[in-house]
Amino acid sequence: MSEKDYLPGAQVPDARGYFGAYGGRFIPEALVAAVEQVAEEYEKAKADPAFAAELDALLKDYTGRPSPLTDVHRFSAEAGGARVLLKREDLNHTGSHKINNVLGQALLTRRMGKTRIIAETGAGQHGVATATACALFGFDCTIYMGEVDTQRQALNVARMRMLGAEVVAVKSGSRTLKDAINEAFRDWVANVDSTHYLFGTVAGPHPFPMMVRDFHRIIGVEARQQVLDRTGRLPDAVVACVGGGSNAMGIFHEFIPDAGVRLIGCEAAGEGAETPRHAATLTKGDPGVLHGSRTYVLQDEDGQTIESHSISAGLDYPGVGPEHAWLKDTGRAEYRPVTDDAAMQALRLLSRTEGIIPAIESAHALAGALELGRELGPEATILVSLSGRGDKDMHTAAEYFGLYDEPGAGNASGDNTANGGK
Amino acid sequence: MTSKLSSVLAAAKAEGRAALIGYLPAGFPTVDGGIRAINALIEGGCDVVEVGLPHSDPVLDGAVIQTADDIALRGGVRIKDVLRTVQEVATAHPGAAVLVMTYWNPVDRYGVARFAADLAAAGGAGCILPDLPVEESEEWRKAAGEHGLDTVFVVAPSSKDERLAEVTAAGSGFVYAAAVMGVTGTRSAVGSMAEDLVARTRATTDLPVCVGLGVSNAEQAAEVARFADGVIVGSAFVKRILAAGDDEAAALDGVREQARELAAGVRRR
Repeated sequence: MSEKDYLPGAQVPDARGYFGAYGGRFIPEALVAAVEQVAEEYEKAKADPAFAAELDALLKDYTGRPSPLTDVHRFSAEAGGARVLLKREDLNHTGSHKINNVLGQALLTRRMGKTRIIAETGAGQHGVATATACALFGFDCTIYMGEVDTQRQALNVARMRMLGAEVVAVKSGSRTLKDAINEAFRDWVANVDSTHYLFGTVAGPHPFPMMVRDFHRIIGVEARQQVLDRTGRLPDAVVACVGGGSNAMGIFHEFIPDAGVRLIGCEAAGEGAETPRHAATLTKGDPGVLHGSRTYVLQDEDGQTIESHSISAGLDYPGVGPEHAWLKDTGRAEYRPVTDDAAMQALRLLSRTEGIIPAIESAHALAGALELGRELGPEATILVSLSGRGDKDMHTAAEYFGLYDEPGAGNASGDNTANGGK
Repeated sequence: MTSKLSSVLAAAKAEGRAALIGYLPAGFPTVDGGIRAINALIEGGCDVVEVGLPHSDPVLDGAVIQTADDIALRGGVRIKDVLRTVQEVATAHPGAAVLVMTYWNPVDRYGVARFAADLAAAGGAGCILPDLPVEESEEWRKAAGEHGLDTVFVVAPSSKDERLAEVTAAGSGFVYAAAVMGVTGTRSAVGSMAEDLVARTRATTDLPVCVGLGVSNAEQAAEVARFADGVIVGSAFVKRILAAGDDEAAALDGVREQARELAAGVRRR
């Protein structure tokens, strides 16, 4: 594959949904008709100006797009003096980038005449966005969430239920995102006539990787112009966190033809990519098939999926979108592991220097930007996708940094950092 | 050359009855215990057995088979154990056809050509790969063909007629009609979808059409046998073994007896 194959308008993916060797459609026969219907309806919608107009109006008036670009000077000082610019997807309605894709697929669901939506969620951000759209459009909504994640992201469970969604805590397997996806697929097979599976990331069978990317492309389209307007040139690097990889594909895509712009995905390295407890799929995984597409997978030599680990529920996934697999193999994007600890330190740093509390997922990108800034120095400009806000993570952060008062201790300063931050 | 699977199904047809096809995962509850259990299915009257290769992410399976897969995987079952299961069952019962049923990634990871060669060497008759649709199956079918293995494809009530023609043209041995929309698991009623799917499938192929839809007793087996060439039973056998707990003799007696009842069902006129 040469770089020109990646120019806008080029046939990427191919007709069978392949980005190079990755992608495709590995699904049971019972879902073939439904997935083909999604693909056909999406092609029709793309050609329909009324669809684009309705989606644009929702993105503007409901989501609040365009999202701002924020210069973070005090944070930049810690990043080797490089100029760091944040694309503020955290300021979207519902608090993350996920709403971009959800509104697009909700419109598609209505076009297909379906009345029920199911979705998986890890951190709960996709679940909250989906529950939100279902409230707006009047769809029945069931969200599958690993039991571990319902505990660490309890605030988002409450938000989804407030919005009228049913939240199912999935108790099988690793009880995290992977198993939530398995359970959503089982529901879809049984209820496919009435139900659309509103897949939340750039993984899954074709057309989901392409379609979800397309709905998130606006992140990069806006950000590229905003950076040009602000700085007069393109950034040296674009940095985003990668679990399944939706916010990263969204911000990367418009920059792919800009050969001078480095694209850097930050994977969750958990306790360290050299330990067994991580979610660094592109760094440590091997090509295989998971959840409907060929991509990198954390797996053993028998093709059994290995459980991932990350402090971030949204990145705690042993697969990754197939387009990222291709970007890695072609060398167009680089993928770096970021540990739980590095992400948490970056989360605290942005909070303390800029008054912005990022999601733990997005904090992985911030940690990557700190490292990259120190490599590139003060002449560099780094665009970071701040994919979500951190309200949902306050319980995890409070435990991590010891922000809760000890019972009876009387210390309410909230500055309990003497324990080294852990 | 007629394949092992085709001749076993043809023999049932010559007796004027549907075939009985039983499923159990390898390694459940242990590798050797699993071999004994699958042998018991054949002793009870199964003509064909599907040996499940347990997977960490069985998205098409209901709670019962998920539980069995979990037990097998926690017990450390490996692909080589699955192949040994096939070999021991095929050796003990040369009259039965032994298939492997699994998700695609374990085969892909093991190596497509290597898996086909090793399965054939173990005496396996073919494979059912329910998450490998026809469009993605070329490499597998080539390898399977080279080793004389059948590839059984699944059709569903949602498959349109032109799609059925495409799927049945690619497959061999029989067509697996998954005749309810949903994951595996026993069900109380046969329903009308199955007969319709079988009729639509037959219109596209001369291959036998076997039905899986959660059959658990002789009455259901007899009902399905009236319109299908074979009746596929899985979760009901798994349930029997789970219910027996640590009592292996009871588990083996249970599945053998259940196979006997079902075998009587498919012979009912």
